[in-house]
Amino acid sequence: MPEYQIVVCGSVVPDPLQTLEPVAGPTGPALKNEMMLPAWLDPWAGHALYEAANLAAKNPGCKVWLVALGPKAKLQQAMMTLAQKVPFELVALDSSASGFTDAAETAAALAEAIQAIPGLDRSKLLLFGGWESASRGAGATMQIVGEILGITDQFQGVDGISVEPDGSLKILERIEGGRHQVSACEAPPVLLGWATGNLPEPRNNPQVGMANMRTIMPALQKAKPAKIGAEGVTFQSVSLPKQARDTKVVKDMPPDQIAAEIADWITNK
Amino acid sequence: METILFLSPTEALLSKNALEALATTKQLADSLGTTFSVGLWGDDPKAADGIAACGAAKFLAVTGPEFAQPRYATDAAAAEALAGAAGATIIIGPSGSRWNRILAGVAHRLGGRADSHVTGLSATGGAPAIARWYYRQRMEAVLTRAQRPWVLAVESGIAPAWQGAPGSAAVEAVACTPPALRSKVTGIESLAADQQTIRPDADLLFVTGAGWTKKQPDGQVKTPEAEKLILGFLRLARASLGSTKSLVDLSGEGQATLTFLTHMNQVGQTGSTPRHAKGLSTCCHGEEPHTVGWRFVGERRAISLDANCGWSRGKADVLYVADAFAVMEKVNALLAQKSGG
Repeated sequence: MPEYQIVVCGSVVPDPLQTLEPVAGPTGPALKNEMMLPAWLDPWAGHALYEAANLAAKNPGCKVWLVALGPKAKLQQAMMTLAQKVPFELVALDSSASGFTDAAETAAALAEAIQAIPGLDRSKLLLFGGWESASRGAGATMQIVGEILGITDQFQGVDGISVEPDGSLKILERIEGGRHQVSACEAPPVLLGWATGNLPEPRNNPQVGMANMRTIMPALQKAKPAKIGAEGVTFQSVSLPKQARDTKVVKDMPPDQIAAEIADWITNK
Repeated sequence: METILFLSPTEALLSKNALEALATTKQLADSLGTTFSVGLWGDDPKAADGIAACGAAKFLAVTGPEFAQPRYATDAAAAEALAGAAGATIIIGPSGSRWNRILAGVAHRLGGRADSHVTGLSATGGAPAIARWYYRQRMEAVLTRAQRPWVLAVESGIAPAWQGAPGSAAVEAVACTPPALRSKVTGIESLAADQQTIRPDADLLFVTGAGWTKKQPDGQVKTPEAEKLILGFLRLARASLGSTKSLVDLSGEGQATLTFLTHMNQVGQTGSTPRHAKGLSTCCHGEEPHTVGWRFVGERRAISLDANCGWSRGKADVLYVADAFAVMEKVNALLAQKSGG
């Protein structure tokens, strides 16, 4: 059985149901009332974590670390929920999780934290993360982390991984047109930027929660501060889109008539 | 003075995406009063002939069978070599799985920075600036960077595709030793053409919501009928299918749902934000954050029983307050009639 060491990188993002409004902060753009917004683990990092835990469960001897970056209070908030989902060991970095920070600076902090994990064996390393984030949404951070760690077998938009009988990894990446590119990678180290994968969100498991919290709280307490900004970037403007359309509401029209309008609209180029 | 390089794998050079990005590159070079070069990698440098008349100062190519596969190690090595040979300060490529997979890694190797999902590129006072979205298309920023090289992935649909007659491009070979390879592409998995519901080039995006799987006015759930109507519409209208998260998630929770839906159909906060000329949403419910799936859709219409639905009010041009089952059945009949089917 392969004994992978799976490191998942992730950050926290505001609950997407919240209203987000940009404001000018002292060091650049920020979100209005950012520290008041409820936070959770970035959704794609979440998929990566659930896939990591699933792989570890199928392969005894594997271990999962979550290297999470964000303001300590926000990380703690996110961990209260996340800890009950799947087993992992937390490595926390206390820093800004703003979407307006630079991916390169974030990647440097993450890579440094990964390199400091005691006993990490690169020949067993599966480096997971989201293919993008719900904040910056650049798909850049994981690539740079991989480059810093010298990993050039990188896959993005991953929806599946399986271990083949010869020990190689079969990886499915999303490509254009709703298709998947299938690749074979001989062995770790390998970097996977996950899309959604195929797993549902795990149910809360209080036993997993209790086991996780024994290591999560100390990890949060010793979270290393990381200074992350956007050096060299000048934001000329950040604005909400003018999205309100003057919606024409059509009520009491028979289906035949609506269908005729829609069919004409569709076929009228 | 900026040195601009347009980069593309040869296999995608003449795609709509790439030609749009080429036009954007040319426009930026014109605005900055400079020239641009084209860099290609793959196994067919003759592809450059298709854009021989684009006005590039030179054409550079890394060629070889190893560089044909869409693979990080070889793609990044080729792009790094081409950028180095061109001495580029701004590197532009078309947004797509192949370029998006490597651009930040390449920027790191070159000591520069990368920005993806660029939706606007301009030059003000001799300095290039880009527009891109943050927080899942909920706010748009315009920014400049001091670092060079600046590596960019340009989204499709932001400029008309470059058009010109094919010719004969003088391509300069750039040396690049392939790195040690541990990965290979073994194939593509895709549904049969008649089962494929995601069509990026379709004029129309058809968005389905969870309402299709709920109890209908007669108290019955009509999922099989919904499937038939939706697939029939996609076939007749040649539309691409998008879905709300709630509908896609139903399958993960083991509930009866539309069997052809996967997470790849999902649009919105944690899905895609596709670009189509028109969009028709049906049975979708949800508030502002989920409607970002609409962001880059031109004309929008919606069918919903809820006149105040967040997907429709202020988002759609026309909202039909009606039963989507009844309407779509008639639409399908009309489209079949029009197509003679």
